[in-house]
Amino acid sequence: MSKHTLSILVENKHGVLARVAALISRRGFNIDSLAVGPTEHPEVSRMTIAVSVDEQPLEQITKQLNKLVNVIKIVELEPTATVQRELLLVKVKADTLSRGQVLETVQLFRAKVVDVAPDAITIEATGNPEKLEAMLRVLEPFGVRELVQSGMVAIGRGSRSISDRTLRPVPVPPPHVASGAPALQARPATSQAGSASSPTGTTSPSGNSPAAHHPNHPVPAPPPGRPAAGVRPA
Amino acid sequence: MSEQLTGAQALIRALEHAGVDTVFGIPGGAILPAYDPMLDSTQIRHILVRHEQGAGHAAQGYASATGKTGVCMATSGPGATNLVTPIADAYMDSVPMVAITGQVASASIGTDAFQEADIRGITMPITKHNFLVNDPNEIASTIAEAFHIASTGRPGPVLVDVTKDAMQATVDFHWPTELSLPGYRPVTRPHPKQVREAARLIAAAEKPVLYVGGGVIRAKASAELKQLAELLGIPVVTTLMARGALPDTHELHFGMPGMHGSVSAVGALQRSDLLICLGARFDDRVTGKLSSFAPEAKVIHADIDPAEIGKNRAADVPIVGDCKEVISDLIQALQTEIASNGRTPDYSAWRGLLDSVKAKYPVGYDEPEDGSLSPQYVIQRIGQIAGPDAIYTSGVGQHQMWAAHYLPFEKPLHWLNSGGLGTMGYSVPAAMGAKVARPDKTVWAIDGDGCFQMTNQELVTCALEGIPIKVAVINNQSLGMVRQWQTLFYDKRYSNTDLHSARIPDFAKLAEAMGGVGLRCSDKESVDATIDKAMSVTDQPVVVDFVVHRDAMVWPMVAAGTSNDDIQIARDMAPKWDGEEL
Repeated sequence: MSKHTLSILVENKHGVLARVAALISRRGFNIDSLAVGPTEHPEVSRMTIAVSVDEQPLEQITKQLNKLVNVIKIVELEPTATVQRELLLVKVKADTLSRGQVLETVQLFRAKVVDVAPDAITIEATGNPEKLEAMLRVLEPFGVRELVQSGMVAIGRGSRSISDRTLRPVPVPPPHVASGAPALQARPATSQAGSASSPTGTTSPSGNSPAAHHPNHPVPAPPPGRPAAGVRPA
Repeated sequence: MSEQLTGAQALIRALEHAGVDTVFGIPGGAILPAYDPMLDSTQIRHILVRHEQGAGHAAQGYASATGKTGVCMATSGPGATNLVTPIADAYMDSVPMVAITGQVASASIGTDAFQEADIRGITMPITKHNFLVNDPNEIASTIAEAFHIASTGRPGPVLVDVTKDAMQATVDFHWPTELSLPGYRPVTRPHPKQVREAARLIAAAEKPVLYVGGGVIRAKASAELKQLAELLGIPVVTTLMARGALPDTHELHFGMPGMHGSVSAVGALQRSDLLICLGARFDDRVTGKLSSFAPEAKVIHADIDPAEIGKNRAADVPIVGDCKEVISDLIQALQTEIASNGRTPDYSAWRGLLDSVKAKYPVGYDEPEDGSLSPQYVIQRIGQIAGPDAIYTSGVGQHQMWAAHYLPFEKPLHWLNSGGLGTMGYSVPAAMGAKVARPDKTVWAIDGDGCFQMTNQELVTCALEGIPIKVAVINNQSLGMVRQWQTLFYDKRYSNTDLHSARIPDFAKLAEAMGGVGLRCSDKESVDATIDKAMSVTDQPVVVDFVVHRDAMVWPMVAAGTSNDDIQIARDMAPKWDGEEL
């Protein structure tokens, strides 16, 4: 099994999180981490879901998620071309003897102290999951009293956006039109139009990709235009 | 277009705009506001059912007999939860349906109010989409969206839960001119490159089979299918959901595949080198043990739902699109392929092989030795007397399989049954819905004595509303299919499958008590006369209690979890295939 990060644009409506989470659960998959929040479009929310699955089940999850009416788009973010961050708040035992060492660790990992008590300090740290794990390993011997961690959020490097897509309305259908009648084909003319016009390779709603990817397989976000030198903090 | 209406009036007006002519339902507290303007609608006929499950299956029957979207309505709480089974059924069988439920007032939601149930939450996994509407201004647009979603792409059920206060508020009515569904854009046009690739595979194949599923019925693509099959003489098998997509009498038709499929259909798939799967989903009842299903075949899989492709069996050529368009494009692509090759593929050896299997192992049955009535004979005679123009519904179990084999399927939309969910009790209410939608047609419900006792209360509805359906209760006094498994796999230990229904209830009297005509038949000689008598009643529902042999079994059979290669034509009897065991 391998780790995958899916970025899912959804309509900002009540119940959408429940739909996504329940679907993943009832199709027999586990979520490693999930984060949801608003985007630059008020009517669109973005979920970042980390899952550990093989390629084939990942394809099935993605296709099933794409069937949810409130899901607008799904993109798989490739770790090498993506900035991934989690937020960690951790309360560590620190008395006058150990406080100095703890603070040293805080500095090493470019974390912050956000609260101090006589026998403990609370540390805020952000970073990719590996960095936070490393920091926790160093802090553990001092005694972790409490820990809370956010789901991972991730964004592709470079100038492109996965949300470059107009939220086009659908013409209202005449009454009782049979399924798939030509009159209802708002667009695209062929299923390729969707992903061809999309800068990051959408998986919704097309599915006929004759290329290496199976229909509706999450298409990896393309690498950024040029190496993102100097933007990767320690 | 704008006028002041109550939310309830807006709901009914919206249904009228959506083209609804029939609603099956039962009123109750939370949906009560909607039933007031319903009384004034000249366009909508409301049929007052006796149980919400009946309303749901009737809406399915209405939809499956016409292709139009069926509509059912219920109140909150128990009314809504009683719709759960038909909604799940419609979801599994891709039936376009809109279910409207009343919900407690929005201020009471979440308080465990009287008759409160979170029906939107409950039905999330079994609807294509669902809505909770508590803003009266969103009633009309939500109804428009619901009908659009239910009827387009892969059809399915959509539930609209409307709070009581939203129905009681006053709104400006607008029927929307466009819908805001940014995440819903079903692909119906197949990709030309994929279609060309499919044509290339077909032209290169030696033993292709058209594996046809319910998607071809939903897409109304029967004419195109016939043209495609005849273009090159490709053998066709039609699944339980696709019976009638190609006439059974067509020489290229080799029957129904699956657990109880014909030897020729199962064998055609197992020995094929190319499955051309059109609107089917490699269901476990068709594939048997998946790893040994059609082991030598490449797969072209066309479906309107991308998630079906590659779900159970990897596809060599995936095609996402509406079956009607896929098949039309495939015909053109094949003609081009043949023209450029300068050679028409010849499958006559393959067809000859299948023809010989079909001739050697026709679907058939033995008459019971004790002289009692054979259920297969009854169903066969109903089919022969009522003919292929009648609409047939069935419940779930042995009678369903016999109906699938012995009824005359010549046209699409004439065979309605619960394929995916396997809902006992489907047939009577579905027949009611079909008869309302197609009053010109004779509608026969082929039911079992177990199934019939689950939903027969709708005969009252049929009697009062003037819906003269015909019901054949294939009464083997048992839960027959379960009993068959007990015979085969549980050492004939018949735990809780004996219904005693030769004695209780008296189905004929029950039918009469519910305002219908009740008939009874238990010997072969009077079968035709009884069916004729039932056919002659055109103003009342008719129930015929056919008391049949209780040990009749459904053959052929592929035991659950085994390979299709292990198909048996009778107990411990395997067919021979090309000199060897299949």
